[in-house]
Amino acid sequence: MNIPFNFRLTDFPVEAETLRLEVREFLSSALVDVPKETRAETWYGADEGFSRKVGERGWIGLSWPTEYGGSGRSAMERYVVLEEMLTAGAPVGAHWIADRQSGPLIIRYGTPEQQEKILPGILKGETYFCIGMSEPDSGSDLAALRTKAEKKGDKYIVNGTKLWTSGAQRCQYMIALFRTSKEEDRHGGFSQFIVDLSLPGVTIRPIIDLAGRHHFNEVVFEDVEVPETMLVGKEGDGWNQVTAELALERSGPERYLSSYALLQELIKEFSERNDYEGVTEIGRQMAHLTTLRQMSVSVAGMLNDGENPALEASVVKDLGAVFEQDLPNIAHRLMDLEPDNQGNDFQKYLAILTQISPSFSLRGGTREILRGIIARGLGLR
Amino acid sequence: MTDETSQLLSDTAEKLFSDHVTKNCIIDAEKGTWPDELWSEVIANGFNLILVPEELDGVGGNWMNAGILFKALGRYQAPIPLAENIVASYILSLAGISQPTDSILTILNGAFVAENDLLSGSSPRTPFASYSTHGVVLYKDGSDLKVGLIEIDKNNLKDNSNIALENRGHIELDKVSFIENSKVDCDSNLVKKLGALMRSNQMAGALESILTQSVRYANERIQFGRPIGKFQAIQQDLAVLSTHVAASSVAADYACSSMDKGNPDFAIAVAKSRIDDAVSVGAGIAHQVHGAIGFTYEHGLHFATRRLWAWRAEYGSGSEWSKVLGEKAISNGADKFWPSITQGDLDI
Repeated sequence: MNIPFNFRLTDFPVEAETLRLEVREFLSSALVDVPKETRAETWYGADEGFSRKVGERGWIGLSWPTEYGGSGRSAMERYVVLEEMLTAGAPVGAHWIADRQSGPLIIRYGTPEQQEKILPGILKGETYFCIGMSEPDSGSDLAALRTKAEKKGDKYIVNGTKLWTSGAQRCQYMIALFRTSKEEDRHGGFSQFIVDLSLPGVTIRPIIDLAGRHHFNEVVFEDVEVPETMLVGKEGDGWNQVTAELALERSGPERYLSSYALLQELIKEFSERNDYEGVTEIGRQMAHLTTLRQMSVSVAGMLNDGENPALEASVVKDLGAVFEQDLPNIAHRLMDLEPDNQGNDFQKYLAILTQISPSFSLRGGTREILRGIIARGLGLR
Repeated sequence: MTDETSQLLSDTAEKLFSDHVTKNCIIDAEKGTWPDELWSEVIANGFNLILVPEELDGVGGNWMNAGILFKALGRYQAPIPLAENIVASYILSLAGISQPTDSILTILNGAFVAENDLLSGSSPRTPFASYSTHGVVLYKDGSDLKVGLIEIDKNNLKDNSNIALENRGHIELDKVSFIENSKVDCDSNLVKKLGALMRSNQMAGALESILTQSVRYANERIQFGRPIGKFQAIQQDLAVLSTHVAASSVAADYACSSMDKGNPDFAIAVAKSRIDDAVSVGAGIAHQVHGAIGFTYEHGLHFATRRLWAWRAEYGSGSEWSKVLGEKAISNGADKFWPSITQGDLDI
């Protein structure tokens, strides 16, 4: 066999490094009032005022083509903006999904009418999206989803329930995957829609997570009338369209930087104490982080070149989640401090990340599913 | 070198090693037979001179090119000191010293003193010392850093080997004269860094080898009426192994590329540290998947895994290089942590 993946190193162009300094400069003042609890959540922390400021700078839709209102810059420049935001603990959660995948999906498959209606709001940092995939009986087994969209005249009538929908409470729209016909083929008969969440018959109910936060939602559709103009791409092509999105979703810097704040606080604690216990472990984590970053940047380079690095993206996400989940345990082993929401910065980050880290290997494809994809790539299934 | 010549180099090395590095070749080498034919082919292709500039009659390649060869050596477990000869001839070229005809070089690594151009000191665990004609040494002479070329005298040499049965000789020098020596302007810790760089790349290659062997075995070995690779437990383990293989390859490339950019300290430490972790996880999985057969001498898996276990400890363990990174990160302070990663530099 040959090794089925190829991560060639990718360098950032000069303009990306210039942009990096601009972003750092912006963040040095923009984050002053953002609480630690929000910073610790990185791309799950949302602040609409912050998103609008990012939009004003032209950093949402940075790599979208200019004819769609984007800045037409490279995926490498976009990558730099993301990693700088995440490591600074910027509350990017409100616009994150729209910028990362809903906007690009609408550019790729959407109608001119959809593009005109929706893209400008995303670019301003005012229009937010959530992703409607999982359902009560369809988690890892996405093909088992049951929410139906039945064609009736110029509308689709939607009935069913989406579950674990992150951020739905603050989003205007959902990109939803619905069943539009019964197919013999397990992967046939699905279609993607832009669903206006203010439509009659849509009910969004909070699901409180183990840390007491409200990110998840249950979104119930009862005879919701979605205009046929809101179908994205071709009816029945939903599965393929979703699969193409996954490489965008699985390889970005958010897949290994979720616990970054904790690592930085750990270094701060050591520096202040002038204590070199644990120094080897810090270096080890630095080596892991640096390598993951090179891998993730490599995937960004492949995406920028129009390739489809779906397998490489799964490798990054799997390794990234292991890294992110190790950090709270390592931080706990190295420091004799309790996780404490009222404690110092380190204790706050430890409190939050210890509790939310289980989600890192669930969201965006569970560990088992990702490893199954990798095993298929290796020729084992 | 262009992308095409890199590809050509890679294809040539693959062909040469797949033709000549047979299982018997490795077994014979472990018993002390020098693989003459393999070595002659390597020399005929000029692989040993990949990093020597063209004006010194070398190939004029870069570290990414050398990385291709280092990885191929690991992938085939070629029982020859090609990596060492590449690095040794590079160090000689830094000092403008030409390599003697038909020489086989080793790199001395230890503590040395020089007096009146006579070298004393010891180099423990010198790679392939017993098969080498000459040694290359980087040493301090007063305030000068110098490169010296000496002849290997078997009387000063005590044989030993690592657990992969690669020759590692102990060389004891007492006022030995140089064939040639010259001042050089480079990092005084260069030998250890380049050693870590070459072993990191060789390990990345050997990790690829244990992955391909394990996948092949999992697809062939039938238990409970089907290939064991059809079981999810095995698939998940092999997926994990492959993620570490991918990470190791990237870390090794990153070190080579940083070397080419002239700022390798951070990346070399990252590579040796990261790949050490990959070896611990990866060798374990490969053996687990292979079951008892992989634990026999008859089966070839151990040619790679024993090398991995030996190499991870050579030229500084992963922990030692992690410590280098960690100490700098902590003394630089938290605010410089991220910038040091984006710049690939600890001294910012």
